[in-house]
Amino acid sequence: MKIAVCVSHVPDTAAKINITGDGKGIDQTGVTYVVNPYDEFAIEEALKTKEKSGGDTVAVSLGGEANKETLRKALAMGIDNAVLLKDDSYRDSLSVAKALAEEIKTQNAELVFFGKQSVDFDNSVVGQMAAELLGYNCISVVVDFKLEGNKVIAEREIEGGKEVVETSLPAIITAQKGLNEPRYASLKGIMAAKKKVIEEKPVATTANFVDVVTMKRPAPKQAGKIVGTDATAVPELIRLLHEEAKVI
Amino acid sequence: MGNKILVLLEQRNGQIKKASLEAVKTAYDLSSKLSCESEAIVIGNEIENLESIGNYGISKVIHYKNSDLLNYSPSAYSKIFIEYAKETGASIIIIPNTSLGKDIAPRIAAKLDAGLAMDCISLDIQNNEIIASRPIYAGKVLLDVKLNSAVKIFTLRPNVFTAAIVSESKAEIIGVNVDNPDLSTKVVEIKKSEGKLDVAEAEIIVSGGRGMKGAEHFNLVEELAKLLGAASGASRAVVDAGWRPHSEQVGQTGKTVSPTLYIALGISGAIQHLAGMRSSKYIVAVNKDKDAPIFQIADYGIVGDIFEIVPAMIEEIKKIKS
Repeated sequence: MKIAVCVSHVPDTAAKINITGDGKGIDQTGVTYVVNPYDEFAIEEALKTKEKSGGDTVAVSLGGEANKETLRKALAMGIDNAVLLKDDSYRDSLSVAKALAEEIKTQNAELVFFGKQSVDFDNSVVGQMAAELLGYNCISVVVDFKLEGNKVIAEREIEGGKEVVETSLPAIITAQKGLNEPRYASLKGIMAAKKKVIEEKPVATTANFVDVVTMKRPAPKQAGKIVGTDATAVPELIRLLHEEAKVI
Repeated sequence: MGNKILVLLEQRNGQIKKASLEAVKTAYDLSSKLSCESEAIVIGNEIENLESIGNYGISKVIHYKNSDLLNYSPSAYSKIFIEYAKETGASIIIIPNTSLGKDIAPRIAAKLDAGLAMDCISLDIQNNEIIASRPIYAGKVLLDVKLNSAVKIFTLRPNVFTAAIVSESKAEIIGVNVDNPDLSTKVVEIKKSEGKLDVAEAEIIVSGGRGMKGAEHFNLVEELAKLLGAASGASRAVVDAGWRPHSEQVGQTGKTVSPTLYIALGISGAIQHLAGMRSSKYIVAVNKDKDAPIFQIADYGIVGDIFEIVPAMIEEIKKIKS
């Protein structure tokens, strides 16, 4: 079985994000990029599935030269092969999904893992979109995954609980934190990954339906008042919440 | 050609969710500004008091019914929705950004080749076009987008848009029985976290951080939360330490929340945590470090020992409640 994992290369969650002067993009100065945190769970699940059910794993990423770092990380963790869909242009989610779906088809992957969302644009949609485009089944925001033959049983997180969802291959699974504990790359893995060739492919351009009008900082929140420095301040705090803010 | 707005209502166990009412009222406002029609669709089995949707400004609801559709089925729900959206000629689709909405909206967008703006916190009209504002980088940046596709889809962050009653009126319900829904992907069971409110839905959240000093002290967080009818939340540090489950995590790799009241206990306020909760209406912080970043966004703060202050808060709130 061919197992694919789609990964994105995003600013570290600890990074301070500044907007460029034209208000259309992110100032890259001093921003460190990492594997999208949710994609690490996707990579781990792909590896675990291969260890259990056999098969071949491939990591796919769409973006510029820098995405190779993220692909190397996937290889170092144990993914067999890596493909970079090379494209530096702005793409909206559907356009990204179209490119990835095309590659999943080329790879003939029956089971595909995505992170549930990229922590840059926070859409949480590309996995589901790719599934629809391919006619694959899809379960999103998965915290537990089982494959029994052709049958998929997964738990997805919902408000106040979990849904147990059943479907069958071919399928796309989007990974939520809690699905597994991503392994660390071994030194041997890191060395082996350095030697591997990342296959580069061009991608067709497709229409973007989402136009960026502007990016801005959220309105700064005014620091409020320090009500006190010990438990004697509590009655005043509760009074403020009850009478001024009227929230309790 | 004029616009037509279609709203997806979400039901759980036959009850319409509050986020759906917010979506209905938002669609009503848009339809007034764009002078166009709006209608709603709901998929499920029996649904309580569906006519009351009329109060929030939509007078026509299509109700697709089948006993197998009581729980969510991504395959069946999306197929039914897409077919109806095509049939009715919807050009603007509004969906609540709930776990169900987030799952289904991209499926619909892919099939209708439509532009999609997720997790919107405002929809404004400029020159007869909708400008959607959505937080990205977990709220570190606000992105305004415009969709240029024939069909445009927007999902709305819960608790941000108001579900106000427009006028007392009953919606017309058009029931449609669904034969042989496509159940190729379906929910077979729902596991509820016992009696717990979810941070994504709660009006009030009480969150604990590293300052709680250990998993065993979270009973304080839970007691205060219970007293306030609040959900308990957690910072990434304590989730990573295994003190609390990930479902409670607030912040960039957890949930982004906008409750009316957010109480941060022993949370210093890492950038990725602040990003996830800064849009809360009121923020209360209790922390022993007066320089903790959380105080920069808190409306009310107490600098001090949480183990003295939280029990005092519990006592004081009990007085108010009695």
